Amino acid sequence: MADTAASGPGMPQLDVTTFSNQIFWLVVTMVVLYYVMSRVALPRIAAVLADRRGTITSDIAAAEEYKLKAQAAEEAYHKALADARSEANRIVEAAKADMQAKLDVELAKAEAEIAAKASESERRIREIRDGAMDMVSAVSKEAAKDILESFGAKADARSVNAAVAARLKGGAA
Amino acid sequence: MRMRIKGTTDVAGESGFAIKPMDQFEVKALFGGDVSWYTPTNVTLWMALTVLAASALMIYGARGRALVPSRGQSAAEMAYGFVYKMVEDVAGKDAVRFFPYVFTLFMFVLFANLLGLIPFAFTTTSHIAVTAVLAFTVFFSVTVLGFILHGTKFLGLFWVSSAPLALRPILAVIELISYFARPVSHSIRLAGAMMAGHAVVKVFAGFAGALGIFFFAPILAVTAFYALELLVAVIQAYVFTILTCVYLKDALHPSH
Amino acid sequence: MEGDIAEMGKYIGVGLTAIGMGGAAIGVGNIAGNFLSGALRNPSAAAGQTAMLFIGIAFAEALGIFSFLVALLLMFAV
Repeated sequence: MADTAASGPGMPQLDVTTFSNQIFWLVVTMVVLYYVMSRVALPRIAAVLADRRGTITSDIAAAEEYKLKAQAAEEAYHKALADARSEANRIVEAAKADMQAKLDVELAKAEAEIAAKASESERRIREIRDGAMDMVSAVSKEAAKDILESFGAKADARSVNAAVAARLKGGAA
Repeated sequence: MRMRIKGTTDVAGESGFAIKPMDQFEVKALFGGDVSWYTPTNVTLWMALTVLAASALMIYGARGRALVPSRGQSAAEMAYGFVYKMVEDVAGKDAVRFFPYVFTLFMFVLFANLLGLIPFAFTTTSHIAVTAVLAFTVFFSVTVLGFILHGTKFLGLFWVSSAPLALRPILAVIELISYFARPVSHSIRLAGAMMAGHAVVKVFAGFAGALGIFFFAPILAVTAFYALELLVAVIQAYVFTILTCVYLKDALHPSH
Repeated sequence: MEGDIAEMGKYIGVGLTAIGMGGAAIGVGNIAGNFLSGALRNPSAAAGQTAMLFIGIAFAEALGIFSFLVALLLMFAV
């Protein structure tokens, strides 16, 4: 190939005279790049990544902890609520019992009073009735005596009394 | 309607247009003169830029060291995590101590490929000399590592114990050949893919100069190729790294 | 005249070598297609196998690049 011969080899890749130059600079480059990467860049990035992983795990652990705390708080709240409810129930029960007892006492007192008043009344009624009965018998005896005297009959007081009493008793019976 | 990249008179230039797609790969001394082994050349320049770019991402980008990363730090961490996971998944947990080296390889190849896509840039990874050094370094270190760790048991890699006994010597020969073909394919794949992409872009760009009024058609094609090349640049870096991991796995766990 | 025939043979050879890249294209397409059909059957296992996908593609592609390289060598170096 004529023109190839004129302008050097067609493929610069096959120009052996430049190989040593390329290889020399490649080796220099690779060594520099290797040191830059392995000494500076990669440890830094590894540290950042490890840092981030650590932060994420600790954050997750903290979140877990907060969740547990929240659960505990919720449980405590529920327990307090139940306690308060049972306490309220207890107080209500006690108040109820107290009131019932007071009521019972009052009722008993009232009943006793009523009973006392009733018996008093009964007694007085009986007294009145007895008084009335006595009056009736006395009046009846007087009346009977008077009637007998008006008829002119001499009435024996004792027999009249007995008769009247018998009649009253029978009337009452 | 002439397209001369260099001021050379050549036969094709007289007849119409000359596209010299391979000129972009030429190694030139930065300050003139001959290219000897220590001369600063465009290879030096673009390799230095590769180091700078990789350092910019991994050090300047990640300088915040923040718990909630910035954009640059995210990118650096993604690159780190990507390669770390690759080493761990492909080569195994005990290969993590070689992670810095694998990461250096990945960063170098990735940024060399990407920087090479800048117009008028020089692609260091398109040179077989460069990729061959990278691949053979991996090959020799992995082979030596295998022998150090497992002694002669490392040769079990070539003795396929699951195959019938009569077949094993034949398979051993095939395995041996494929083992020694590894660095060759490892290096030529990268250099070839880079070279091919850049040459194609250059050829299409040359068509744009030659087609006159229809210049837009090759430009559209170049745009599409450029997107493809971007993909190829990343994939080739990935493939180069993952194959390094595969070879590393063979050295660490040679049981076939 | 002889040089022209040699030149012609070279260009024909380069063109024939480029066909080899079509084989690599078929291979890569095969791998990607099979991966996709497998991934659609079992999407949960697909993510873990992308590394294998890329390794396979790399091997298939390497052979195409070899043929490309041979074409380049014929074109520029022979």
